[in-house]
Amino acid sequence: MSAAPDPIPLWLVAELTYTCPLHCPFCSNPVDFAQRGTELKTEEWQRVLREGRELGAVQLGFTGGEPLSRPDLEQLVAQARQLGYYTNLITSGVGLNERRIKALREAGLDHIQLSFQDSTRELNDFLSSTRTFELKRRTASLIKAHGFPMVMNCVIHRLNIEHVGRIIELAEEIGAEYLELANTQFYGWAFLNRAHLLPTRKQLEVAELAVEAARARLGDRLRIYHVISDYYENRPKRCQNGWGSTFIIVNPDGTALPCHAARVLPGLSFPSVRDSSLRDIWLHSDAFNRFRGTDWMAAPCRDCPEREKDLGGCRCQAYMLTGDSHATDPVCDKSPLHERVLDIIARAPQAQPSRPLIFRAPDNSLRLGGTAATAE
Amino acid sequence: MDETSRHAIPRIARLYRFQFEPAQNAFVLLFPEGMVKLNDTAGEILRRCDDQHTAAEIVADLERAFESDEIGPDVDAFLAEATQSGWIEWRAARERT
Repeated sequence: MSAAPDPIPLWLVAELTYTCPLHCPFCSNPVDFAQRGTELKTEEWQRVLREGRELGAVQLGFTGGEPLSRPDLEQLVAQARQLGYYTNLITSGVGLNERRIKALREAGLDHIQLSFQDSTRELNDFLSSTRTFELKRRTASLIKAHGFPMVMNCVIHRLNIEHVGRIIELAEEIGAEYLELANTQFYGWAFLNRAHLLPTRKQLEVAELAVEAARARLGDRLRIYHVISDYYENRPKRCQNGWGSTFIIVNPDGTALPCHAARVLPGLSFPSVRDSSLRDIWLHSDAFNRFRGTDWMAAPCRDCPEREKDLGGCRCQAYMLTGDSHATDPVCDKSPLHERVLDIIARAPQAQPSRPLIFRAPDNSLRLGGTAATAE
Repeated sequence: MDETSRHAIPRIARLYRFQFEPAQNAFVLLFPEGMVKLNDTAGEILRRCDDQHTAAEIVADLERAFESDEIGPDVDAFLAEATQSGWIEWRAARERT
């Protein structure tokens, strides 16, 4: 029996709602979001926040959907701040006005992460299916005027990767302290739309040069995080810093997950904060223990000298690409199925999607959720 | 002004929040979506960077607390490093409120 201390869930991610004014076709929400149960009430979230803090969580993300669609957001932020969390609001900016930002400031909100879908109005508005580009720019001014640290987030994919240089300039213009260039990972809606979204290797190489040039130019003025698609790596990333090691994600209906996409995995039932305490869920639930550490591994992970480093990679990716949730993440070049990933990226330059982009919208969710929706 | 002069007053920078975390038994610096867990020495120095005391006063207080008169250079080195990392900001003592 190892004497390692129990891990602490340093991060609690509170997905307050699946309601969202945007319809991005790479959304990380589950495809079946419109078929899920009722949202947790204010008092239920208040209990979750208390229990999370007792477990040692210190970073708290309010996200969704669009968390500003919950009228009790300010109340939850105030309680979270009082409990000692560092509170992050992860938002599209839609719904943030002078009145609400003042209330959030008074409630003690620490930081705002604002999403853009592109540096151009045309593509931003096309991808989100909204006319929000100018609104987002105004929201950024509001965030700065109220003195919040601001992270700008832009999901990067085949359709906007050639704008990376311009996206970095946009982050400079709006005064962001950090920029996250989060290349699409292929789960949920992005998996359905992979043929549209997976960049080519050439595109990725050009984007990486643009990022390097900008870093050299900007120094500490703007910190740029550029996370590339796992498909272009030859070693996998840890799942959420390690399954059940750092993160608890609570869905709008109270389902607790070790990672955003985990509900795609077969044979696992995920606990609800409506039935159990967060402590029980973290320490004792089958779901949070199933892929914790290295005991679950099969070959080649089991015998790999790097097994502690990446912990076998992403379970959802392994399942989605191999049909086996215990398999080595096939983005690893030691995986016997690594060829599958190479085939997918080799096809990217010629990709001719046979169907249009599927936008994240309730009608598409009702139609496709629960079916074995597949990438092309 | 020499930023890390003993006569200037340091404070935790705007992007960071500094607090003690019982679950980790350590002081931490929190920032957007991230955290630095501090060792005991760093924690003891940063908890004194309260926008009220000069570096000289912080050194004197640490020397009293730890009954040593040889820690000045270590504190200076840490404060320089913390400035470099963007964790602390400085103002001149004459602006003291």
